[in-house]
Parts: sequence; structure tokens; C-alpha cells
Amino acid sequence: MSLHLDAARASTSGAGRVHGRGIINEIKASGVEFIPCVPDIHTSEGLLRPLALEPGLRLIRVCKEDEGIGICAGLSYCNKRALLLMQHTGLLDSINALRSVGVEYSLPICMMVGLLNKEPGVLPRDSKHYGVRISAPILDAMGVEHHLIETDADLGLIKPAIDAAYARGHPVVLFIGTSPLP
Amino acid sequence: MTIRRDDALRLLARHAPDDVVVAVFTTAFDWIAIRPHPLNYITVGAMGLGSSHALGLALGRPDKRVLVLDGDGSLLMNLGALVTVAAAAPQNLIHFVFENGTYEANGSLPIPGRDRVDFSALARAAGYRKSYTFDDLGAFEAGIASVLREAGPLFVTLKVEPGIPPNYDYALMHAPHLRQQFKAALNG
Repeated sequence: MSLHLDAARASTSGAGRVHGRGIINEIKASGVEFIPCVPDIHTSEGLLRPLALEPGLRLIRVCKEDEGIGICAGLSYCNKRALLLMQHTGLLDSINALRSVGVEYSLPICMMVGLLNKEPGVLPRDSKHYGVRISAPILDAMGVEHHLIETDADLGLIKPAIDAAYARGHPVVLFIGTSPLP
Repeated sequence: MTIRRDDALRLLARHAPDDVVVAVFTTAFDWIAIRPHPLNYITVGAMGLGSSHALGLALGRPDKRVLVLDGDGSLLMNLGALVTVAAAAPQNLIHFVFENGTYEANGSLPIPGRDRVDFSALARAAGYRKSYTFDDLGAFEAGIASVLREAGPLFVTLKVEPGIPPNYDYALMHAPHLRQQFKAALNG
């Protein structure tokens, strides 16, 4: 039987959703200046489009997600913070770069990953969709920290996770569970 | 015609004594022997990502010139990076590709499109400001100073043959102290 998040989170109304404005506020509070990104229909309207207009953040449009891992690494040596935005399919495509650059080189590669097709209120590991279901277990096997941002109640996880990645030198993945409202 | 890779690197080292240099695989081993320097960055981790690391460095430190010494096989593994770099348009980035037509660090087997693909044309079509091709050491010597004075992103194809086989010391390539040394030198 599937585990479900609480009733409020299961709602598809605004109360059980996350707002892009809140995510952007947390990203900026974390000192992030650069956003390498590949568009993801799960986050495009509610997050990426407003991010592109946000003063103080520079979008770097990349052709493929693993490029973003190299870019984040280079920026980290300059003491510049970055957050790489993508869909979970891009995460799966970037595993070797994350393995080598993030884990083996102990670099603060921070990724925000849209879980396209994850059912509202359902934990990723219980999703009917294979790609959604396996994403977190793959990160567990790699020893990569990850968090689920499902509703506005989870926004407070973002800044501590990014701060810790830069302070200790490790990658972190912030999964976006529900498609953000603007 | 071709240029010996180590000859090209010696020439480049004379003209770029203190630049940030991202070098990959076989070229990296030659480069660190020819120009030992704390601003050498050889820890790209995954094949193909050299120019991506370099783009991050160039955007993070627009006051520093960043050279990337890429391989042809490596570039083919991340060809979209040409478009990404050109779109980001860092004026301080110069992208060299050492074209030997093979995956030299993996047994010297040929790359796809060997002797047919035109890397400088690809870069130009992707939107690099200018691209150059050198297959003769004398021409490279005559042109390199003016290339290095130009605003980027620039692309330079060097048609090379191997020099003396390098010591493939992968433990050194991935050594943590090199990364720490690089960061300290960059921010010192």
C-alpha cells in the first residue's frame, strides 16, 4: 500500500502546493547568483519563467544538464553560489558527472529537480512512475543528500541545505514534488 | 600538416604564463609538465565537461582570462557546450581544441568523423565570436599573441600529433590537494 503525505499536502489546491515566489525568495536568501538550467514543464511556469525575470540572478541556459554540473563546479572555485535547475530525467542523465564532480571531488553542486508526473501527496518512492520512484534511491546509493519540497511548509528546507552544501563541500538535490504555483 | 602537441603547449605557455588553464586528459598531463602552476585546473571529473568548468570559472572571475585545452573526443562528448558558451558569451574565455583524431587516452582509436568534422566551423556556427585553425607551428607562433589579445569567446583548433607519451598519473589528476591549491591561488 502506498504511503501518502498528509491530507493538506494531498490537496491540489493552493494550500497543498508550493509557490514559486517562495522558492525564489529562499534561493536568493541562500546567496545564489547563478541558475544554470534546462526547462522542465513541471517547473517552467511557476518557477523558471519568474526566475528569468528576477533581478540579482543570472540564468545560464545549458543544452544538457551535466554541463550545469561543470559550470557549478567552476563557479564554486570562485566562491560564487549556483543552483542547477532541471527535471528528474536530467538528473538521471547526469549521474556520472554528479558522481565524479559532486561526490568524489566533494564540491557543492546544488540541484533543484522537478519530479514530473509525481502524484500530489504521494511520496516519490511510492509513485506509479518509474523515473520518479527511482530518483531518490539512486541518490541514496550515491550518498547524496536530498530533500522534498512539496508544499510551502517545506520552503524552510532550501536555505539550510544550500548553506550546508557550500560549508561542507557536498552535493545536494532539492526535489520539487508538486508543480509550483507562481 | 600537424603540430607536435608539446611544441604547441610550450609556445602557449610562453604567451600565457599566469592564465587560468583548464586542461583535459592527455593534454592535461603534458600541460602540467610544461607549465606547472597553481592555476592549472585538471580535475574536470567527467569526460566532455572541460569547457563547462571553464565557463563557470570565466563567469565567476571575469577579471581573469580562462583558457580551456580541450580534446576533440572530449568536445564531441559535449558538443552542445559550444552553444552554451557562445550564448553566455564570456569575453575572457578562449577554447582550444587539440585535434588528433583519436581518443588518445583510451587506446588511440579514431573519433567519429575523423578528418571530416571541422571544429572551428562548428564553433563559429554555434556563435563564438571568432575561430581559428592552425596546423603549422610557425603560423601558430605568428598568430597566438594577437589571438590572446582579442575578446572572447574565441575558439582555436590546433591540428596536432602526439609528442612524447605523457605519464598518465590519474591519481595526481584527481588529487584533492590540487583542487585546494587551485582555489587558494584563484582567490589569493
